[in-house]
Amino acid sequence: MNEPLVLGIETSCDETGVGIVRGHTLLADAVASSVDEHARFGGVVPEVASRAHLEAMVPTIERACETAGVRLDDVDAIAVTSGPGLAGALLVGVAAAKALALGLGKPIYGVNHLAAHVAVDQLEHGPLPEPCLAMLVSGGHSSLLEVDDVTVGVEPLGATIDDAAGEAFDKVARLLGLPFPGGPHIDRAATSGSSVYVDFPRGLTSRKDLERHRFDFSFSGLKTAVARWVEARERAGEPVPVADVAASFQEAVCDVLVRKALDAATTRGIEDILIGGGVAANSRLRAMATERAADLGIRVRVPRPGLCTDNGAMVAALGAELVARGRTPSALDLPADSSQPITTVVA
Amino acid sequence: MLLALDTSSPQVAVALADGDDVVADLRSEQTMKHGEQLAPLIARVLDEAGASRTDLTAVAVGAGPGPFTGLRVGLVTARTLGLVLGIPVHGVCSLDVLAAEAVATDAVSTAFLVATDARRKEVYWATYDATGRRTSGPAVDRPGEIETEHPVVGEGAHLYPMTFPSATGPVRPSAGWLARVVARGLAEVVAPEPLYLRRPDAMAPHPPKAVS
Ligand SMILES: [Zn+2]
Repeated sequence: MNEPLVLGIETSCDETGVGIVRGHTLLADAVASSVDEHARFGGVVPEVASRAHLEAMVPTIERACETAGVRLDDVDAIAVTSGPGLAGALLVGVAAAKALALGLGKPIYGVNHLAAHVAVDQLEHGPLPEPCLAMLVSGGHSSLLEVDDVTVGVEPLGATIDDAAGEAFDKVARLLGLPFPGGPHIDRAATSGSSVYVDFPRGLTSRKDLERHRFDFSFSGLKTAVARWVEARERAGEPVPVADVAASFQEAVCDVLVRKALDAATTRGIEDILIGGGVAANSRLRAMATERAADLGIRVRVPRPGLCTDNGAMVAALGAELVARGRTPSALDLPADSSQPITTVVA
Repeated sequence: MLLALDTSSPQVAVALADGDDVVADLRSEQTMKHGEQLAPLIARVLDEAGASRTDLTAVAVGAGPGPFTGLRVGLVTARTLGLVLGIPVHGVCSLDVLAAEAVATDAVSTAFLVATDARRKEVYWATYDATGRRTSGPAVDRPGEIETEHPVVGEGAHLYPMTFPSATGPVRPSAGWLARVVARGLAEVVAPEPLYLRRPDAMAPHPPKAVS
């Protein structure tokens, strides 16, 4: 039998993503983003995102089919992010996916957004090592997960106790007068700065914190430290060295992320680390993780930046794996669950 | 066959019509949860009528006004079904559907007003002549700002009986009447675009607060 042709829909935040895959082969990854509409608000406005999803849905599905060179009739199954994410935004994608499933008479899989971030790497680097340690870092999440079979469940090892890593990037970018979203702008500014210019704090790395929060993250103290430092400079009437602050901040975030991921992998005896989510597009994080892991004999897999940010291909990739492994589809009354737990892969 | 669906009110409504003959007409048992209830209801009307998805020749959808989240569920469902089945999608102002039913069932015989729940102590409303032709609106306002001696159709009349003492006719839009409106041309058919009538609540952020 041919590998399953799966269409995946992602609307958990501000990207309307429609991806089409056949097995592990990516055929189309169409994304319409409403990020420009949110920029002046400094963050995603849920109602603005939901309105944009409705307008973008049909054109994005059409674009994905055109790119993939397939007709909707050829699709074997529909996958859609059912959570976690913004409730109203998720709902638009889930409703569209159900309409596709109904109209085609094909099964629907409501899938976990985080598990999809893991599964997407199959499109780039082939079958996932089992087990692997997944570190998911974005504007909405920062988690360390042990993944034995991504279609069955993942075990959360740690997560942020306050801000997500991507959120810290956005907030620090604003402090430095850089545009939203902050990640790519900080990354760019940091290339010409010194990463040791300021020694910013590494959250939850003291011996006491490691007892209770060994694999957890905290970025809110770091963000405050950057704000204090910038304000002190401004009060003294001195210019703020944007590139140096960006590089030092980025170094602190990446240092903590990589340290904890490697600690978790070695503790659990896992030899493969997979990094996903929007922050995985950060060039310093990719370089640092690869370099330090190599010293420990640990392999690091990071999908290319376009597949790290939210997209439909990751949802389709997980859907294809669910079909290939014969997992039970979701029912037509599938809810959108804004706080779907990471342990629920298929709703 | 025409599939009609409306998600502008707290109750999801789905109907199937063969010509202008409504062969199945359902409403959700629960209120809200539009996203969970709509697709199973569509499957059920097809089943009850012994029809299949390939028998559908058009989709009619209530374009609101109504609470945004539920409204979008209906519109994205209608548009996507239209795409996948290659059939046209017709939008109708949901207030016009209430008006058409009120006129056809003789609940009104003069000019009248339709008012539905817009939450936040406001109503979505429009005015109609005795034949059911819309003469103003749709708009969203506080009940007290809308003066009328005419009868009032729709849930708004029941929510604000002090302002609208002369409630009459249907309370929430029915999908069966939405199908008849399209089949018989009882109201204007428009693109399946949401009638939000309100801008998104979005505030530009304050400048960063000082932390020390
Ligand atoms: Zn994500």
